[in-house]
Amino acid sequence: MATQSSRATARLMLAPSVIMLFVWMIVPLAMTIWFSFRIYRLLSPDRTGWAGIRNYTWFFNSPDFWLGISNTLLLVGGVLAITIIFGVLIALLIDQPVWGQGPLRILVISPFFVMPPVAASIWKNLFMHPQNGLLASAAQGLGMEPILFLQSYPLGSIIFITSWEWLPFATLILLTALQSLSSEQLEAAEMDGASALSRFRFITLPHMTRAITVVILIQTIFLLSIFGEIFTTTQGGPGSASTTLPYMIYKQALIAKDIGRAAAGGIIAVILANIVAVFLMRSMGKHLDT
Amino acid sequence: MARAVTPRRKLFFTLAAWTVALLIFFPVFWTILTSFKTEASAVATPPQLFTADWTLQNYSDVWARSDYPRFFLNSVIISIGSTLLGLMIAIPAAWSMAFVPGKKTKDLLMWMLSTKMMPAAAVLIPMYLIFQKTGLFDTRIGLVLALMLMNLPVIIWMLYTYFKEIPGEILEAARMDGASLKNEVLYILTPMAVPGIASTMLLNIILAWNEAFWTITLTTVNAAPLSAFIASFSAPQGLFYAKLSAASTMAIAPILIMGWFGQKQLVRGLTFGAVK
Repeated sequence: MATQSSRATARLMLAPSVIMLFVWMIVPLAMTIWFSFRIYRLLSPDRTGWAGIRNYTWFFNSPDFWLGISNTLLLVGGVLAITIIFGVLIALLIDQPVWGQGPLRILVISPFFVMPPVAASIWKNLFMHPQNGLLASAAQGLGMEPILFLQSYPLGSIIFITSWEWLPFATLILLTALQSLSSEQLEAAEMDGASALSRFRFITLPHMTRAITVVILIQTIFLLSIFGEIFTTTQGGPGSASTTLPYMIYKQALIAKDIGRAAAGGIIAVILANIVAVFLMRSMGKHLDT
Repeated sequence: MARAVTPRRKLFFTLAAWTVALLIFFPVFWTILTSFKTEASAVATPPQLFTADWTLQNYSDVWARSDYPRFFLNSVIISIGSTLLGLMIAIPAAWSMAFVPGKKTKDLLMWMLSTKMMPAAAVLIPMYLIFQKTGLFDTRIGLVLALMLMNLPVIIWMLYTYFKEIPGEILEAARMDGASLKNEVLYILTPMAVPGIASTMLLNIILAWNEAFWTITLTTVNAAPLSAFIASFSAPQGLFYAKLSAASTMAIAPILIMGWFGQKQLVRGLTFGAVK
């Protein structure tokens, strides 16, 4: 159907996006690679020169590095697990015959509209604060010691806050998928004596595979670069307990002011993100084909 | 055939669903409520759901303490500007990929999405330097460009999935009738794609409005949007709960209201057209 000229036009229409995205990606990346092999400290600007691979070895030898990687994976994996499991449960609940489904959806989607710094600061101050937080008051009301959420369970608290932000996204996509499931199939299975659990296992869940795939793909992209939530709540602490790899890079750049090391960390993060990306795209690509 | 629903069953599920929904919504509700309390009753023990001394004092305090209208205006300009610019660049690209696909189209789409996987912190310093050198630092144009490029893959991807659903036969018929490429896009494709474009727009305005890394690191005063405004209120000692709540409410209210109204389009947009 496409003629020679329409192909040429199509390429022309595609060009601005491709070129802009390429420049947007390659220029900072090239600069980062360059910096990563240089001695570049803002606190001692007269010391310059090549660093070889010392910036990289510093990262690999730092105990924070491996902690940062495991924290990143725990954060992404934890939020994915929580949002998908509760997303499926809540979607199943809202999909039941209930009064006021419209208002219900509006309530459930609301956290998605709250910008990350606000969400983090609400949870940190109004809820998790050890003296004045609502959760502390609740604990005292029950005669218990208030839990020091951000001190004792920093990463867990951040996973919780982030899950609250992303739960609406997962729930609504899963709900959309559920609503396209034909009820006849479920009824037929019910008449044949299939239990509620096996109806869910063999009919509902397979129907939602594609929606779950979309949730995993999109959330992973956004979760890998989580920043505002950590910055507002724990600043990566106490110690390095809630420092992820991106946050560790941020600390190197803006607190230690060592641009060379931050750049090396950045390149490592880009490589790791690409491994995750390839893995995701491979396994997700199958489900997304139309 | 509708499934038989007993009123008791419906009542049970209604109660359960509303309990869960109210729990999810509660933090937002509590913040709005606290914003109308006095500082004293905001931290009262035991916490008070309703107090006798409702006040608008916090809002006027926040208003007086910072230049809210400027932050608000910056947020509006940056989120709408980056979305419109993004659409202008993305529509032709998505059109050509959907209707004149090549062998590499799928790879190209995946590559575009993968540019979003680059951790922002990793390229912070180069970005900062580029913005300083080009004079884009702390300008609205700079942020419009940055957020447009950041969200461009999402915009293209969403539009692509919408455009793919438009039957190609209509376009062929138009071509037979001698419609030029420009007319084809302008008069046939765009009207059919309006719902898709609308939900893409809505989602991107929300993403840009809530973006908080580049908007904070690439601005100081002039171009700072509401995400920077709220960062200035997260004082280390959060003892001014009512004011913090008022500032938070002011930062999220515009997008919350817009989101509520556009909820239906948004949900469809969120799924990248991949879930029916």
